[in-house]
Amino acid sequence: MSRAKTDRIESGRSPWNRFIYNDNTVGYIFASPFIIGFLAFTIIPMLSSLYYSCTNFDLINEEKWIGFANYINLFKDERFLNSLKVTFQYVALSVPLKLAFALFIAFLLTRPSKMVSFYRSLYYLPSLIGGSVAVALVWKELFARNGLINTNLSKLGIDTVNWFGNMSTAKWPIIIMTAWQFGSSMLIFAAGLKEIPTSYYEAAEIDGANGWQKFWKITMPCLSPVILFNLIMQLISSFMVFTQAFVITGGGPNDATMYYALYLYKQGIQSRNMGYASAMSWVMLVVMGTVTAIVFKTSKQWVFNEADS
Amino acid sequence: MKVKKTIATVIYHVFIAGLGLIMIYPVLWMISGSLKNNPEILSGSLSLIPPEWRWENFATGWRGFGHVTFTTYFKNSLIITIVATLGTVLSSAVIAYSLARCKYRGRKLIFMVMIGTMLLPGQVVMIPQYLIYNRIGWVGTILPLTVPHFFGAAFFIYLMMQFMAGIPRELDEAAIIDGCSKYSVFTRVVFPLLKPALISTIIIQFYWKWDDYMGPMLYLGKPEKYTVSIAVKLFADATSKTDYGPMFAMSTLSMIPVFLIFLFFNRYLVEGISTSGLKG
Repeated sequence: MSRAKTDRIESGRSPWNRFIYNDNTVGYIFASPFIIGFLAFTIIPMLSSLYYSCTNFDLINEEKWIGFANYINLFKDERFLNSLKVTFQYVALSVPLKLAFALFIAFLLTRPSKMVSFYRSLYYLPSLIGGSVAVALVWKELFARNGLINTNLSKLGIDTVNWFGNMSTAKWPIIIMTAWQFGSSMLIFAAGLKEIPTSYYEAAEIDGANGWQKFWKITMPCLSPVILFNLIMQLISSFMVFTQAFVITGGGPNDATMYYALYLYKQGIQSRNMGYASAMSWVMLVVMGTVTAIVFKTSKQWVFNEADS
Repeated sequence: MKVKKTIATVIYHVFIAGLGLIMIYPVLWMISGSLKNNPEILSGSLSLIPPEWRWENFATGWRGFGHVTFTTYFKNSLIITIVATLGTVLSSAVIAYSLARCKYRGRKLIFMVMIGTMLLPGQVVMIPQYLIYNRIGWVGTILPLTVPHFFGAAFFIYLMMQFMAGIPRELDEAAIIDGCSKYSVFTRVVFPLLKPALISTIIIQFYWKWDDYMGPMLYLGKPEKYTVSIAVKLFADATSKTDYGPMFAMSTLSMIPVFLIFLFFNRYLVEGISTSGLKG
């Protein structure tokens, strides 16, 4: 509605009514839950933790200002540096695996068939329940020393793997579990694939393109914005891996799966080194911000924008 | 040609269905494990049919830990999940209306901040929030697990904004000409039309909250306050040998609400996930 008309309607009302029906007032009233929540549950906690990160607060005793000692100690703390390393390793292995799988299955399910929605539900199921403790416990048993997988490997005459006993193998059950939950990425890919006009493919066929060429020259560029969205969302959630590692390995063996969030929990909640954990939170924020910014920056190179063409 | 096509179709279905079966096998194995005893579970048999149907696992598991049974755990989980879900749906709808349909100064900034919080991982604010909740005496209560949900969740605000983009603005304008204020446009026009997005939000938030482990672990100190996810984990923490049958029995029960949602609201779930990722 035009401004002139709104003013005309409001001119006959009291100042209170003029205030309450004003566009700005309406907007802020509806936005107020977000503004209040953002201040109360994000900004205030984050700022106060910035203060605590320069103290030795332990939840019990009065905190003492120690300057940047926590930050300096962090970069001398080998367990912390190791947690960064294993987290990056986990992200670098699990995210591409998960997205590749999600795209592969989404692509297979573009085929018109009555069964497609059933299959889609079937593949989505692990995503739906995968975050639960129950599934993590199942995983722990599947990959246990005498678990289902090892027992059946030895039946087939293949050497068994002491998955959780070796520093080099302990990460794999967790990575496999993450990749297994590819369902929601798959659904988003599937929706993206549906948006690609069939006329593009028809034109390519007339020009004599084969399936492989069609995939790389049409599907991938058209899907690149969706790939970027999935990549960002999965990167963020993978960096924060917690429940699965906590339940399945507890960070072991010898810190091989001591991921960032897990170490943060150990320092902050278990050892009550709240000052130290606050510093960790801020370092994590900077790391995540940097990674996200890098992905966005480089995305200009490979994300195809229809507006540009 | 026709035969070749039929063979290709058969291979396609066998491959997809076979792979799908492998995908859900761990879940099926857990369900069948709820009816087996320890030696049967540890035998390494791939069979999903229990040699004997040991229903007593459910009774044993339900007894819980100490004097607290799974009746309490389920009640706690339901209360937290329902309150949090209600809060998320109502507040996110209100905020989405503000960002999608109102014109005011600062809207763009609020939108950017909202998207920023979507990119902010929850674990970054875990310690800072814990400190605040500790200061105001919320640790040990369900308040940290429920109250923040009444202030909107970026993912769902975004989902509802996407959905609102599909509701014609002419409807708002017609309602205003008929004498509606911006407030009643929301309550009478936009909110009722938002139903599919509201249902998507309810089910996604419900299962996220139901499965949440970290929050209850941080804030619920006493066994009488534990949720199902905490309780299920206790089976594995037992100092003596883990009793797998009851553990899987309770694991299976813990998934029933999520399974039910999946069965009845599958369509909304798929739509919700798909639209939130599109046109982003």
